[in-house]
Amino acid sequence: MTTPGSTAEQTETIRLRVNGVTHEVDVPPRRLLSDALRHDLGLTGTHVGCEHGVCGACTILVDGQPTRACLMFAIAAQEYELTTVEGMTRPDGSLGPVQQAFKDCHGLQCGFCTPGFITTIEAGLEENPDPTPEEARDMISGNLCRCTGYQNIVKSVRRAAELKRENPTGEGAGQ
Amino acid sequence: MKPAAFTYQRPTTLTQALAAYAAAPEAKVLAGGQSLIPLMSMRLTSVPELIDINGIEELSHIHVERGQGVRFGAIVRHAQLHAHAEAREVQPLLHAALSHVAHATIRNRGTTVGSIVHADASGEMPMIMSLLGGTLTVASVEGRREITAEDLFIGPLETSLQAGEIAVEAFVPALPARHGVAFDEIARRHGDYALCGVGAIVGLDADGAIEHVRAGYVSVSETPAVVDLTGCFPDGELTEQGLKDAAELALTHLEPEADIHASAEYRAQLARTLTTRVVAAAHADAGARANAEVTA
Ligand SMILES: Cc1cc2nc3c(=O)[nH]c(=O)nc-3n(C[C@H](O)[C@H](O)[C@H](O)COP(=O)(O)OP(=O)(O)OC[C@H]3O[C@@H](n4cnc5c(N)ncnc54)[C@H](O)[C@@H]3O)c2cc1C
Ligand code: FES
Ligand code: FES
Repeated sequence: MTTPGSTAEQTETIRLRVNGVTHEVDVPPRRLLSDALRHDLGLTGTHVGCEHGVCGACTILVDGQPTRACLMFAIAAQEYELTTVEGMTRPDGSLGPVQQAFKDCHGLQCGFCTPGFITTIEAGLEENPDPTPEEARDMISGNLCRCTGYQNIVKSVRRAAELKRENPTGEGAGQ
Repeated sequence: MKPAAFTYQRPTTLTQALAAYAAAPEAKVLAGGQSLIPLMSMRLTSVPELIDINGIEELSHIHVERGQGVRFGAIVRHAQLHAHAEAREVQPLLHAALSHVAHATIRNRGTTVGSIVHADASGEMPMIMSLLGGTLTVASVEGRREITAEDLFIGPLETSLQAGEIAVEAFVPALPARHGVAFDEIARRHGDYALCGVGAIVGLDADGAIEHVRAGYVSVSETPAVVDLTGCFPDGELTEQGLKDAAELALTHLEPEADIHASAEYRAQLARTLTTRVVAAAHADAGARANAEVTA
């Protein structure tokens, strides 16, 4: 509880490295990383659904590893290289392989869940460049989609793997 | 769904962290945050101060001692331990159970020690600690002590850690010769908390007869439950009747409860089915390992 007249919460100046760019922002320690990205940095590509780790919409890459942005505090994320869906495009700004695959295969409908899938699959394909349909399902098992029924997302994983193999240099992981 | 305000510290040495904790015993330790942050966001716990241990390099070790066991520090992520080939070799049950801890994304951040300290009887790791007889090393400004799994889990989500104590590492013993293990669970979606999970360890004597059988249970008790099932196999042989008896014996030690995901009866049925399945698999694993050890 803040006392009347002192509504301002104590903040700290932190540095976040997102998609290769360093940002300096003032946040209170309780600021979730997902909120810092969206509200403080204006990177609204990272979506927020459940805010307790279940839905996967907020998934970003932390040092290349898929991580829930709603389950980290911004203040604790300063030492890492963060990559959001905004960092998934090719260097020339065109759609990255995973994004392109979702477009090709109708892997999205409303698009709410999509950023979390894109980041998860981007990292998943780095680890396993040629997943079987079974492995593709496993890769996305921590993300929820209420629209597509997942079939086209599984296809998108396989298509993305194809696109990545065809154009390995045009990587979109933002590093 | 936002946490209440707290003050935050990120020490870089254990000594600093222990001093900070001693000065603020009402503080909480932040490891992976994969259990703590949801609780804070849902305001199910209030934390005036957080001591973030993720910057303490000396807690990031995985030491595998052949014939002894696996020792891992407090900021080792589930994913790192899961991927550790040598740790898997020395204690295969650790790897088998870690495959079922949450989704890969959660495992990238959540720590295994944090999971043990969180002491959720629906978590795989507290059960594994109990089943294998692991120990937890905790430190405070007063010094260090080791806590056996038996003395650690004292209630639902409750351990015998005192305020001011930070868990620094956990130890899980190696799989002895002529022993086998298995783990399986049923969840609504792979990576979700199990409706019921079972791990088993079976030891054989030099002639291949069953010497002992123990099983551990996830999500069907308030604290991690381990049941000795050796008595169900009096002739040292794995029989269908023995497996049935084992399942019934196990149930007398469990308290399956109903929630939105499953009825108590369904959970009990899962415990039965999984007991027979997992004990049989652990027995087969023991046989295969014993053979391999002889020919090696
Ligand atoms: C969607 C989702 C699904 C999940 N599914 C599963 C599952 O199926 N099985 C499962 O086992 N877990 C599951 N988890 C929980 C996950 O495994 C957590 O990572 C783990 O339980 C806690 O580890 P942590 O490092 O995140 O700890 P934190 O959340 O940081 O801490 C948990 C508690 O332990 C205390 N603590 C942590 N480390 C220490 C320490 N070194 N010393 C003293 N106190 C400490 C904290 O103060 C806190 O009270 C799930 C989580 C989510 C979000
Ligand atoms: S918003 Fe982070 S997992 Fe749902
Ligand atoms: S496209 Fe609507 S939730 Fe996935």
